[in-house]
Amino acid sequence: MDEALLRSLTPGVLAVLVRRGADFAAAEDAVQEALVEAVRGWPADPPRDAKGWLVTVAWRKFLDQARADAARRRREAAAEEEPAPGPAPSADDTLQLYFLCAHPSLTPSSAVALTLRAVGGLTTRQIAAAYLVPEATMAQRISRAKRTVSGVPFDRPGDVATVLRVLYLVFNEGYSGDLDLAAEAIRLTRQLAAALDHPEVAGLLALMLLHHARRAARTAPDGSLVPLAAQDRGRWDTGLIAEGVALLQAALARDRLGEYQTQAAIAALHADAPTAGETDWVQIVEWYDELVRLTGSPVARLNRAVAVGEADGPRAGLAALAEVDPALPRYTAVAAYLHERDGDPAAAARLYAEAARTAPSLAERAHLTRQAARLNAREDR
Amino acid sequence: MAKYLLLKHYRGAPAAVNDVPMDRWTPEEVTAHVRYMQDFAARLEKTGEFVDGQALAPEGAWVRYDGPGRPPVTDGPFAETKDLIAGWMVIDVDSYERAVELAGELSAAPGAGGKPLHEWLEVRPFLTAPPTVTE
Repeated sequence: MDEALLRSLTPGVLAVLVRRGADFAAAEDAVQEALVEAVRGWPADPPRDAKGWLVTVAWRKFLDQARADAARRRREAAAEEEPAPGPAPSADDTLQLYFLCAHPSLTPSSAVALTLRAVGGLTTRQIAAAYLVPEATMAQRISRAKRTVSGVPFDRPGDVATVLRVLYLVFNEGYSGDLDLAAEAIRLTRQLAAALDHPEVAGLLALMLLHHARRAARTAPDGSLVPLAAQDRGRWDTGLIAEGVALLQAALARDRLGEYQTQAAIAALHADAPTAGETDWVQIVEWYDELVRLTGSPVARLNRAVAVGEADGPRAGLAALAEVDPALPRYTAVAAYLHERDGDPAAAARLYAEAARTAPSLAERAHLTRQAARLNAREDR
Repeated sequence: MAKYLLLKHYRGAPAAVNDVPMDRWTPEEVTAHVRYMQDFAARLEKTGEFVDGQALAPEGAWVRYDGPGRPPVTDGPFAETKDLIAGWMVIDVDSYERAVELAGELSAAPGAGGKPLHEWLEVRPFLTAPPTVTE
């Protein structure tokens, strides 16, 4: 059975139930139950109309639950037994679900969990495993999130920026665990791009594709990190790069620049260089200037200092770094790199060792320790 | 079965036999060490004895309640003399002897010159739930 197809039907099915008057939280539970039944029953007995099957079963589950609730509370179920067929679900319905699941009243972690379940069709168990928390914890997080948005009207247009931030968070969570969150984020962003014609949605999708294209080259067989300059570019996925670049160009042509298009433009310039030495750093610096202007982000300033170091030499890079907050994660690693380029291996080694101590992940710690070790070994000789 | 915590320290443990700071190893020695730690955890997963393993950042702070309506008091970063935990592994094994055996293997992770670290690890039994049968 094609589980990806099954999951892609989730938001449409959920939207039908909500349109018919089911409240969001109950409808979402019913759709999950229908998905579980599909996974169990379809391999032996696949339906001709997958979506129709899911709508029928989910609606029945919803009614059963509503009736049980009604009996318990001794009041009538809100839902009609046999609903009118209702309007055919449209792309707009899917879009409304994205808005609801990324509603500003939700914390980022709740919005991520709810989006993966209600829009992505993942089970609570899968989401819990991906984020390395107990299933019961994730179940609570999701049910609280559903309660939080239960009063939000389904027809009000939402904020695209919050949806994009949620999808970006999912993508950035990385590649650990059985569930491929990066691939899931790409799938959900593709689906969003199909429902909403917006240059920043296209920009985010392009950004994801361009980064995903480098995935195979980013880690060595032993699991250690391979920095961009040392990656085997022959292992980059040219199909994904071509798709990302085409999306980006079409988005940029509309002249409504935003942070995701800008980040994608930087990724595209890296993808475009046949070797690290042929990277167009001057243009990359210009895009970082744009990114700093758009977002004011300190991380953008830090990355800009690296690019300036490549475009105008390590001294210029260090001058740019002097304007960045030293408390920023990875600041010391950047300083180490620029000092090494500037011909000061002793300072670089000391900074790499310090950066390793404060590294936010084990893989980065090992990588930075190796850099310090490499320079110290050279000094000792 | 009984659960044990194997604790690794940044500071506060007696000095290891092969006590060379990691940035003074060769890059290959760093890689070999990382691989040993990964293989060790993977092996315990296969034997059904692995429960959890986590690494901690060296920085942090002391925090305590400071009375109603007041924000908590924080005191940090840690003083240089503070005993500092680097990470842990939780194992579920048949005996204390097995826990000690595994801690010994973990302590033999390769360090400078490719030789075992002989670092001191803390082994701590978990307190358990009361047994069902008490007499």
